[in-house]
Amino acid sequence: MRLYGALIGAAVAAATGLSLAPASAADGIYVPLFAYRTGPFAGSGTPIVNGMADYLNMLNERDGGIGGVKLIVEECETAYDTKKGVECYEQVKSKNPVVINPYSTGITLQIIPKAAVDKIPILSMAYGLSASADGTTFPWVFNPPATYWDGASMFVRYAGEKEGGMAKLKGKKIGLVYLDAPYGKEPIPLLEALAKDYGFELKLYPVPAAEMQNQSSQWLNIRRDRPDWIYLQGFGSMNPTAVKEAAKINYPMDHLIGNWWAGGDDDARPAGDGAKGYLSLDFNQVGTNFPVIQDILKYVVDKGKSQTPKDRVGENLYNRGVLNSMIIAEGIRNAQKVSGKKQITGEDMRRGLETLTVNEARLKEMGAAGFAAPMKVTCKDHNGHNAAYMAKWDGKKWTKGSDWIQPIKDKVEPLIESSAKEYSTANAGWPKRDEKCDM
Amino acid sequence: MFYREAGQYKTTYAADLAVFPLRQDRIGIAVIIFIAAVIIPYFGSGFLIQAVMIPFLIFSLAAIGLNLLTGYTGLLSLGTGAFMGVGAYACYKLTTYFPDVNIIIWVIASGFFSAAIGVLFGLPSLRIKGFYLAVATLAAQFFLSWCFIRQPWFYNYNASGAIEVPTRTLFGIPITGATATDNTRYYVVLVIVIAMTWLASNLVHGRIGRMWMAVRDMDLAAELIGIRLLRTKLLAFAVSSFYCGVAGALLVFLWYGGAEPAVFDVNLSFFILFMIIIGGLGSLIGSYFGAALIFILPIVLRYLPPRFGIPVQSATVEHVQFMIIGALIVFFLIVEPNGLARLWQVAKQKLRVWPFPY
Repeated sequence: MRLYGALIGAAVAAATGLSLAPASAADGIYVPLFAYRTGPFAGSGTPIVNGMADYLNMLNERDGGIGGVKLIVEECETAYDTKKGVECYEQVKSKNPVVINPYSTGITLQIIPKAAVDKIPILSMAYGLSASADGTTFPWVFNPPATYWDGASMFVRYAGEKEGGMAKLKGKKIGLVYLDAPYGKEPIPLLEALAKDYGFELKLYPVPAAEMQNQSSQWLNIRRDRPDWIYLQGFGSMNPTAVKEAAKINYPMDHLIGNWWAGGDDDARPAGDGAKGYLSLDFNQVGTNFPVIQDILKYVVDKGKSQTPKDRVGENLYNRGVLNSMIIAEGIRNAQKVSGKKQITGEDMRRGLETLTVNEARLKEMGAAGFAAPMKVTCKDHNGHNAAYMAKWDGKKWTKGSDWIQPIKDKVEPLIESSAKEYSTANAGWPKRDEKCDM
Repeated sequence: MFYREAGQYKTTYAADLAVFPLRQDRIGIAVIIFIAAVIIPYFGSGFLIQAVMIPFLIFSLAAIGLNLLTGYTGLLSLGTGAFMGVGAYACYKLTTYFPDVNIIIWVIASGFFSAAIGVLFGLPSLRIKGFYLAVATLAAQFFLSWCFIRQPWFYNYNASGAIEVPTRTLFGIPITGATATDNTRYYVVLVIVIAMTWLASNLVHGRIGRMWMAVRDMDLAAELIGIRLLRTKLLAFAVSSFYCGVAGALLVFLWYGGAEPAVFDVNLSFFILFMIIIGGLGSLIGSYFGAALIFILPIVLRYLPPRFGIPVQSATVEHVQFMIIGALIVFFLIVEPNGLARLWQVAKQKLRVWPFPY
């Protein structure tokens, strides 16, 4: 009988736990962070969320929040699992979050339609749905500083420059090694369009998600085809495997270029010396040599208020998390300015993000001069199609491998417009934008 | 004292053969349905409805589907996730081709597509059994996943490669898409799940269910008494896949609102399989228990500590929850290897003689 007593007790505890689940946040601006410190992609997820949390906490410690209002930072663990992501979304929704950072393509796709209904903007920093850069169709979704299509076009531009002019790409072979999932397939339409324009041949090497760590057959094909350039659109354990395989077949590392999610320190490190010269697109600088990172060290990490080990501050993905939080913070600051309120809502945040301008002067004020390219988001363009650079792995750490590279905007923008249109027609009943534009 | 049949006389065969011969059981079921249909939607929060109840009901339906195949007919399948995917993608294709037909009709119809695919991959079951059959159904899992990822026709050639759910209405009220309220979607799911559970209960208590169980217990003997094995096994595959297909369509259309192909990977198959193993093989109520333990318990564990003001890191919660769930599964399987359904039965038996056990 005791067992049943215990069972009933457990059931009662469960019922009360669930019925109490959502609680409203106290005074302050509530910024939930969707984290994945566990699961198959924890290697990428941990430094990102560390960077995000540390920057926001630093603002709380140093400035007492933004505009005098404290930020309430709370993590929700998704383990990169869509199920848990939806659960996290439901859990934070009732606490009036000002912005959601889903940090997974799957979760982003799920909550995009909900954003307009729940009036909570989504900030998917350079991931998610590329088409959501179109502010007219997606007033509630923001994906600065660049889309995957911008990234792929920067890669082609860089390859063209190295070959000695875009015309020289004619007849060259360009390979795309990608994760065989929506995320990985994203650059294909753009690269196909560019292949037609510039006359290069596009070779596709899909890597199934289940075979991420066994790419020998793909690289056997690469050895046979010998593409002149390879673009790597991978994630998680797929990246170090690809870099290792490339080193094994003696592929020239300076012709292997990863997109920004293939640029973690742990993506290049396992390949050892063989990875020297591997390039990865990047839109944030690496290292601790910025006043803003020094402030994080001083106010948060050194005081033991962070989960980050000190020697991992300043890594590539950590700094990317910091950049992500900078965009959030600037959005909030801007929203306070636009709305004239201190305690902003999701709707104010949308207006704030829509008029976001981060120029060189502002970057310097934030202690991040040169940390990222200046950014501008407008009502129509929720992305900005900003520049990125090539980060170069020197065998131990990422270094700056090129100047800022601009995307081929006139090829990317029509593609975004047409696929945004496609999305809204496929989803019957997609709301027409009736949110006013702030100037 | 309260739970016993004394004084309840059965005067007809129908009454004697009823699924719930005891009046108290019938009252209990009515109370449960009342709570599910009235109390929860009126007093529950959006979180309870959207993040707990809707997925719980959908997973229960999928678990019932797998239970019909594995629990009642004894055919082990690892293709549940894929069959759910067939349902979801079929529903998506149907509603894009015929947007004017009511979505509920398509949700049910997509079950038939799933059933057809299930029969196809069930064909080897006549020759192979046990683990070998599990491997054959695993082939279905990999093949269908491949289709959803690599065949752009399935997702209408859209750039994201994922399926998205358009807004569809019933009597003018949106039931799918972002504008549908939690309660509307909950009611649609609840009605479909209750109706299909009732159907399943009738199936397993009738001739077909007995055929399935005969095949499960000893297929040679079943064949000797005149049960045609091929038909029976394929019927089990068809019905099971039908249930999984409907569950898959509900999953995407009434819960997620959009899905990547990765949703229907082999992990989903294992997820459902664990539910029926923990809940109880060959039991409908066990499917619900299993879904509750595997799906709801982690959510409770995640939100209980913060409720009581215990601050924990989100990742720690995740790790602790894995450990607790693992320990509980081992505990339950040691205490009652036949699953929670058997535990429930024992509890009812004890309740009958309470407070004077003999």
